Amino acid sequence: MSMNRRQFLKLASASTILGVGAASVINNISNGSLEAAQIHPDPRALKAKRWGFVVDVSKLTTDEDYQKCIDACHDIHNVPNNPNPRHEVKWIWKDTYEHTFPNTAEDKIMNRELQEKNFLLFCNHCQNPACVRVCPTKATFKRESDGIVMQDMHRCIGCRFCMAACPFGARSFNYTDPRPNIKVENKEFPTRMIGVVEKCTACYERLAVGKQPACAEKSNGAIVFGDLEDPNSEVRKLITEKYTIRRKPELGTQPSIYYVIGGGEHA
Amino acid sequence: MLEKALSGSNRYWAWIFFLLAVIGIGCIAYMKQLNEGLGITGLSRDVSWGLYIGQFTFLVGVAASAVMLVIPYYLHDFKKFSKIVILGEFLAVSAVIMCVLFIMADMGQPMRVANILLHPTPGSIVFWDVVVLNGYLLLNIVIGWTTLGADRKGVKPPDWVKPLIYLSVPWAVSIHTVTAFLYAGIPGRHFWLTAVMAARFLASAFSGGPALLILLALLVRKFSKFDPGAEAIQAVGKIVTYAMFANVFLLGLEFFTAFYSNIPGHMHPFLYLYTGIDGHTKLVPFMWISSILAVVSLAILVFPHLRRNENILAFACAILFISLWIDKGFGLIIGGFVPNMFEGITEYWPTLLETLITIGVWAMGFLVLTVLYKVAIAVREEDAAVEH
Ligand code: SF4
Ligand code: SF4
Repeated sequence: MSMNRRQFLKLASASTILGVGAASVINNISNGSLEAAQIHPDPRALKAKRWGFVVDVSKLTTDEDYQKCIDACHDIHNVPNNPNPRHEVKWIWKDTYEHTFPNTAEDKIMNRELQEKNFLLFCNHCQNPACVRVCPTKATFKRESDGIVMQDMHRCIGCRFCMAACPFGARSFNYTDPRPNIKVENKEFPTRMIGVVEKCTACYERLAVGKQPACAEKSNGAIVFGDLEDPNSEVRKLITEKYTIRRKPELGTQPSIYYVIGGGEHA
Repeated sequence: MLEKALSGSNRYWAWIFFLLAVIGIGCIAYMKQLNEGLGITGLSRDVSWGLYIGQFTFLVGVAASAVMLVIPYYLHDFKKFSKIVILGEFLAVSAVIMCVLFIMADMGQPMRVANILLHPTPGSIVFWDVVVLNGYLLLNIVIGWTTLGADRKGVKPPDWVKPLIYLSVPWAVSIHTVTAFLYAGIPGRHFWLTAVMAARFLASAFSGGPALLILLALLVRKFSKFDPGAEAIQAVGKIVTYAMFANVFLLGLEFFTAFYSNIPGHMHPFLYLYTGIDGHTKLVPFMWISSILAVVSLAILVFPHLRRNENILAFACAILFISLWIDKGFGLIIGGFVPNMFEGITEYWPTLLETLITIGVWAMGFLVLTVLYKVAIAVREEDAAVEH
């Protein structure tokens, strides 16, 4: 009996470990550019205590204005164009007022112009990110140096807890192999594999070499990027001067994207 | 003792091979998922968890329910449970194994799952869930195997298992509480953001798990000479009844808060599940079936004289189990994702492959359960032979 019991226990403990992945491959590939940026800082690198965005939607009028920003991001980051809408991968996208601020959408007699306005949505790089709190592997983490919420696609196990937790729908999962759906691959930026989550990472790779985020660069001033902790930064000036709103502020994640709706004479 | 699982009737072997065949089909389907990604499932960007995570959640409850036998027997010395308690412990073992398999099935990168241990993140509830689930699995294997082994020799279980048994009680509560925390701490998912989530989980677990146990005990008695005891089954029936009332009561509280507060975000998931929104009604029939079965099962169970008829009891337990399975194994997860974060609606429905994988995991659980029960029954039959 004791012999059998020991065997059984061995089997049991083996399967227990299996439960959390004895067969797993330790991932030793790490994001080259990410680490390089941290180890040898480029003197041109842009720095901030906490990066943030001000998006002035009154400056986005035509469809093209939006599309330019979206393409700029998706092209350089090898974001696949998955034909199946259920498997869509997107880092930045255009959406309606109702979808952007669902908690205020019940108002039937509000300003029509505002209600029909479209917004540019992407990861808010929240100060208290819900996605980071739930991630079991630290594959998504907030960079202490500048507040960017990063995504390590080589560590992610694809549990999608972060997708359940992000209140802004900012995250996409690779339900299928993303590579066949990349039109022109940018060799400077990694492509992803099946089964991992991805999202906007505030162009950390461009900041590291002194460039603005791609969307801001292509936005004709509609997207302003800067340090939210610096009272003299352009973003802070805009936030003090104009009326801005953030998405779902009541949830306490402290989004770092401020929207200026403005345009009209009362704004 | 394990050798006892290697000899059995033709019926036993037919059942084993049937399960192996179902597991085989599940494996083939899983291979496809491994190659092509979770795109072969009905999941989407908006509904990113589905059947797998639902089954996981439901089965954690089944696993935790063993405690409803352990408490009366070991803490209150309720002797009538002396035979049935092992069935509960082994049911817990197979349920936890299924939980682990469902989690693995749901991973986008299952090969990397050790990252949870390589980069331990105590701030993440998943980390704690892995810890408590594996601990619980181990506890139940050790306790079940040791007590059964002692029983076989006709001696008392060694003293060192006692503390483990006591530990297993709060541990069982912890596995389901931690699992509820996976959902109940997420900002922005109104359906899940409720303080009674863990309480509801425990209530549904303590009715659904024991209901399954009653069915299993009746089967065991039918197919073997081992009798878990008619009175024990009745006592478990009482537990099922009380826990189910608590569960329905807690669900009622959710409805009150959502609809009396009239907060749209809180009402929408309930409306989606029970009435449909804008013509999206995929889940509505199932949620109503679940509700009706819950009411009918309670209407039967609440009367002791109906409960005492084992056929009626079995029927009530079966429909109660189905009701909870729909509610927790399906509605609870999907309701968290519909409407999505933009108040838009993307519906979810599992695909054939996803269903085959799910059935495969269940077959795996039943295989483990069958083998463990076979051993337990063989030991008990021997005992019975010695006594007479
Ligand atoms: S927007 Fe979502 S993904 Fe981005 S930091 Fe906030 S919670 Fe995380
Ligand atoms: S899917 Fe990846 S990034 Fe998201 S929580 Fe899981 S491991 Fe973390």
